[in-house]
Amino acid sequence: MSDSAQRCAGAFGSFRGGLAERLVEKLLFICALSSILIVFFIIAFILKEGIPVLALGPDFFFGMTWKPGQGQFGVVPTVLSTFIVGIGALGIAAVIGIPAAIYLAEFAPEWLRALIKPSVEMLVGIPSIVLGFFGLMVLVVFIRDNIGGWGECILAGWVILAVMTLPHVISISEDALRAVPRTYKEASLGLGATPLQTIRKILVPNARSGILASLILGMGNAIGETMAVLMVIGNPNIPWIPSSVLEPVRVLTSTIVIEISYVVWGSTHQHALFALGVILFSIVAVLNAITTALIRKGIRTGCR
Amino acid sequence: MSKIETIGLSVYYGDGTVCGLKAVNITIEANKITALIGPSGCGKTTFLRALNRMNELKGAQTKGKVLIDGIDIYNGKVDVIQLRKRIGMVFQQPNPFPMSIYDNVAYGPRIHGQRNENLGTIVEESLKKAALWDEVKDRLDENALGFSGGQQQRLCIARALAVNPEIILFDEPCSALDPVSTARIEELLTELKQEYTIVIVTHNMQQAARVSDCTAFFLMGELIEYGKTSQIFERPKDKRTEDYITGRFG
Ligand SMILES: Nc1ncnc2c1ncn2[C@@H]1O[C@H](COP(=O)(O)OP(=O)(O)OP(=O)(O)O)[C@@H](O)[C@H]1O
Ligand SMILES: [Mg+2]
Repeated sequence: MSDSAQRCAGAFGSFRGGLAERLVEKLLFICALSSILIVFFIIAFILKEGIPVLALGPDFFFGMTWKPGQGQFGVVPTVLSTFIVGIGALGIAAVIGIPAAIYLAEFAPEWLRALIKPSVEMLVGIPSIVLGFFGLMVLVVFIRDNIGGWGECILAGWVILAVMTLPHVISISEDALRAVPRTYKEASLGLGATPLQTIRKILVPNARSGILASLILGMGNAIGETMAVLMVIGNPNIPWIPSSVLEPVRVLTSTIVIEISYVVWGSTHQHALFALGVILFSIVAVLNAITTALIRKGIRTGCR
Repeated sequence: MSKIETIGLSVYYGDGTVCGLKAVNITIEANKITALIGPSGCGKTTFLRALNRMNELKGAQTKGKVLIDGIDIYNGKVDVIQLRKRIGMVFQQPNPFPMSIYDNVAYGPRIHGQRNENLGTIVEESLKKAALWDEVKDRLDENALGFSGGQQQRLCIARALAVNPEIILFDEPCSALDPVSTARIEELLTELKQEYTIVIVTHNMQQAARVSDCTAFFLMGELIEYGKTSQIFERPKDKRTEDYITGRFG
């Protein structure tokens, strides 16, 4: 009886679905395929354009001077500056973001959480050009008047990027903290641990991979960010290795944007910019892969 | 002398609208096992968690008194951290921390400032008391989550014992376990009562009859009947108790 019912249902399904269903399925497949193809095509194109300069090998990867006019394409100062800006921003975001996430997850009363969480997430929605403009008009001026230097500098880049990364750090870390099973927390408190001990020894260690993931994702975003950074970090004529946070620098993104506007079509210089693109893309891809791996690991150990 | 005494103990949830426990008066003896029985939602867990002030974690409000050794733990002067150190708790689901067996048991002593050189002895003794030592003595470094449910529950008991409590509260400690593990835990309970005062919530009538000295029957947040286990099960005074233990409702 149930057997024949099943066969009936199957027959009915294939009768109704038949052609239309197969067609839709094919269509969906093509859409999925095209997205893969686009990504693949872009990567292939950037690589192809970058290869003439990537092929310079050590002169490119370990070269200390970037003077396109004289055919020198050393990438070290730019990459180093990129990491200095990215890691510093991340440091600020971590120092503010992780405690904020702990507060939201553990201490904030419901109404305050309902207020803070959307406000933090609204930061994500501010277009980076607007943030950059704000940075230029307010932050840069503030630094110039109160701390020193030209104002357009690493410090300004740190602050602006920290503001942009903060929402990710807070929101992912908070989710990770909330995902720690309640039972662990109760067991700890039940043994006479204080709330702070419980946070330090149970909550944070168990949310560790999520918190790390939020930081690395934030780092990827910070390194790939262009507009806001471009507007506040000064961009000297030649990329250099800075010796103070009040000095201007050039990062990968800002170098590409600035030089693309006057590069000679088809020149080595243009290939060099694509090579910078390859480096940028690789860094961000690696960071994203680490983030994904960490989040997977968090999910695996988080539930049992 | 009675170890625990509650006077007019009421607990309210959610802005005082839901009453989890209604004016419970009970006296619990030291070195006895007291079983709490009653249908689901009658307030057993609420009562248990009122004894170590865990209800307030969920924002519940408590009225009345809970005297432990004659001192009201809700009087505002009692240090809740010290209190929870004196009153251990074992939960329904085994909930070891995702760390090694050793670190699980050492967790409590460590947070209470026990020096490292004493930890080894404390861990060993606690595991022995929890009848787990022989099974895990060569695997102390292994993650606790890799052990069976029954072993995990005994580990949780060892973890509670390691801070040297006076009272241990068990909330349906066997409901997630197989009969063999259950038998081991029951055996353990009878051994532990030499040193500790034990309060246990159970849904299993036979278990209550087997292990406990006194039994309290709760219904809709009220304590209906309380007495010697043999009396409750053989000659219940209240009609509702009789209906419940003979399985006519609940
Ligand atoms: N956090 C809470 N918020 C609101 N009401 C609650 C909460 N916890 C318990 N209650 C209510 O309090 C009453 C007693 O609950 P309690 O958990 O103490 O029952 P129980 O006897 O332990 O039940 P069970 O046998 O199912 O574990 C129930 O009516 C329940 O709905
Ligand atoms: Mg319960």
